[in-house]
Order: sequence, then structure tokens, then C-alpha cells
Amino acid sequence: MNDHKNNKEPIIEVTDLETYYGQRKILDGMNFSVNRGEIRVVMGGSGSGKSTLLWYILGLYEPDGGQIKVLGQDINKIDFNDHLKLKQNIGVAFQSGALFSSMTVGDNVAFPLREFTDLDENTIRIITRMKLEVVNLGGFHKLMPSQLSGGMIKRAALARAIVMDPKLLIFDEPSAGLDPVVASEIDDLILSLRETTGVSVVVVTHELESAFKIADRITVLDKGKNLLTASVEEVKQSKNKRIMDLLQRRSRHDKLDPEDYLRRLTQENYTLS
Amino acid sequence: MESKLINYEKDDSHCTLFVQGDVDLSNSSQLRKTILSALKTSPLVEVDLNNVTYIDSSGIAALVEGLQYANSHNKRFVLKQLSNPVKSIIELARLDQVFTIED
Repeated sequence: MNDHKNNKEPIIEVTDLETYYGQRKILDGMNFSVNRGEIRVVMGGSGSGKSTLLWYILGLYEPDGGQIKVLGQDINKIDFNDHLKLKQNIGVAFQSGALFSSMTVGDNVAFPLREFTDLDENTIRIITRMKLEVVNLGGFHKLMPSQLSGGMIKRAALARAIVMDPKLLIFDEPSAGLDPVVASEIDDLILSLRETTGVSVVVVTHELESAFKIADRITVLDKGKNLLTASVEEVKQSKNKRIMDLLQRRSRHDKLDPEDYLRRLTQENYTLS
Repeated sequence: MESKLINYEKDDSHCTLFVQGDVDLSNSSQLRKTILSALKTSPLVEVDLNNVTYIDSSGIAALVEGLQYANSHNKRFVLKQLSNPVKSIIELARLDQVFTIED
């Protein structure tokens, strides 16, 4: 078993990241770092900047300010070829699964191997089917994505994300829309991948149960900033009202502090203490 | 034949390949060729993986191809002394139920 949790070597380092969408600031001085072998869950309300952070870590857009280092490289300063090599070390599975609908499951999973390596077809076939076995889709390689259930599509996307043996895995809502049993299977897969390969994982999710199960640390984003990065227990015990809201610990029937409520509704520069 | 990645011992009855270091995309084809070449001349090929520090999927695929060749040519193919990194990956893919593995 690899000793992941004591490894302090950062695999992602985001420093003072600023991004805009038109005139609107989306990420506002974001600081975020993930250590090698760590599973980090990123949470936050809608519009808090979770998905945007992932896009910038992947180098899909150029930031308006700040620095992003992934696997030790400043992704906005490296040349095209180095960026291509870097991308081969990052496995990505986005919310929808995003499989190519015109390709079989096997061809979808094999796609990065055919695109980025010169492995022969026999080797590609073995690797592809091995990855499908890992995600419990052994024997499903000939099916089309339209023939799969939601959970199977997520697992196929996971197989494609790991087919190049990446050092970093990035998942956006891996268990969204799945029933609890299937969602739990995805969580177990993420945990066993980290355990066996030492891969670092960043997961954006709204699912609290999933976050508490898999995270080494949880980062909570709010209004484009890193509100808190802490262990699962620390997040659970946080008295910060936004985090309590996120955890839905506050019942709607709890007694309100009327003055504080009015301030939240009306005060222009209201911030949580 | 002697290389940094693979050393071997051979007699009439068997060939043992000693693999060491990292096995990845840059050298897994060498492992594959060596295994297949050994299987062509020996009835039993053992692959000692005790000193393998990392193996990627292409390296595991080379081992699977060795087993595939051995099974179809009535030869024996055995993995020996799996290092922890190799053991983890083989177990993740449930290949421990497919390979013959000896200590």
C-alpha cells in the first residue's frame, strides 16, 4: 500500500488565480493546492467557481491573473508540446460522461491510446479491456453509449480517464444523477484507484455522502475564493454559516436571528465572519 | 542478451526473466518482445518481478500477451515474486485470478 497521505509534494498549485467572464469576476484570488496521492473534494454552491477552477487547471483558458502549476509546470508558460505531454498525465471525466456517441464503448476507452501512443492494436485491446474490467464493465466493449445506463456511462468515462495511467484524475460530478448504490460504487472505484496507483484525484461534487467518504481534504469555494480547506471532520464541525448551509445542517425550521437575517438580505458588503 | 530492464537465466527446461526498474510506455515493447522470444524457445517461462518499481498498463499488457501466447502454444508462463506496485495493479484488474503467480 502506498503512503499517500503523508506526501506533501504538491501536484497542483494555484496561486492568486483571477478570471473574468466578460466584466464579471469568477475566480477572485483563488489559492488551491493538492498533494501527490491526495483525494481532494471541491464543493460550493452554484456559481462559486468549482467547474471554472477545473477548466483553468486543465489549461482550457488563460487566466487574467495568478499562476497555475500542474505536475511542477506552469501551464500558461509551457509550449504546445509540453502541454500535450502534460495532458497525457491528466485523466478527465466530466459531468455528462462525454463519450463519443458514434463509437463503441471499447473505441471510446481506446481513443487516448490510439491518439497519443504508438502501441499496436493487440496491446491497445488488452489495455482497453483491462480498464473496462477495473470499472466492472468487462465484456461491454462492443456496446454503443446509447445502450448504457447512466451509471455505466460514468464508469466507461472513468475507464477512459484512466486508460493512459494518469498521475492526476479530475472528475466533475462523477456521481450526479446516480442512485445511491451506483454512486457508492463510483466512490469505491476512486478510492481503490488511489490506493493501488497512488494517483492524485480532484473531485467536484455536490454529494455530501460521497465527499465525506472519499476526501482526504475538502475545499469549499464561495464567490470565487477558497473559503476553507480542511479535513472531513473539520468541515463537519465548522461553525461557518456558509459551510453549515452547504452541509444543510441548518433546518429551515431553526429559529432565525432576525437582525442577522435582515443584514444578510440588505447589507451591501455583508460577509460572514 | 543482457539489458538494464531485463536479465535472464536459461537452461533446456525453462527460462527465467528478471525484470527491474520502471516498466512503462518507453520500454514495455522490449519486455513484450523478450517474453515472446523466450516462449518460442522454452517450455516454461518465469518472469521475476521482485525488482519492478513501477509498471504501467502497457507493461501489464505485455505480461497478458505472454500468457496468451503460452496458452495457445502449450507452454507454461509464470509470474514470480511480485513487487508491491505490480501486485496492486494486477489485483486491481483482477488478473491475479488469471496468471499463475508464485512466491
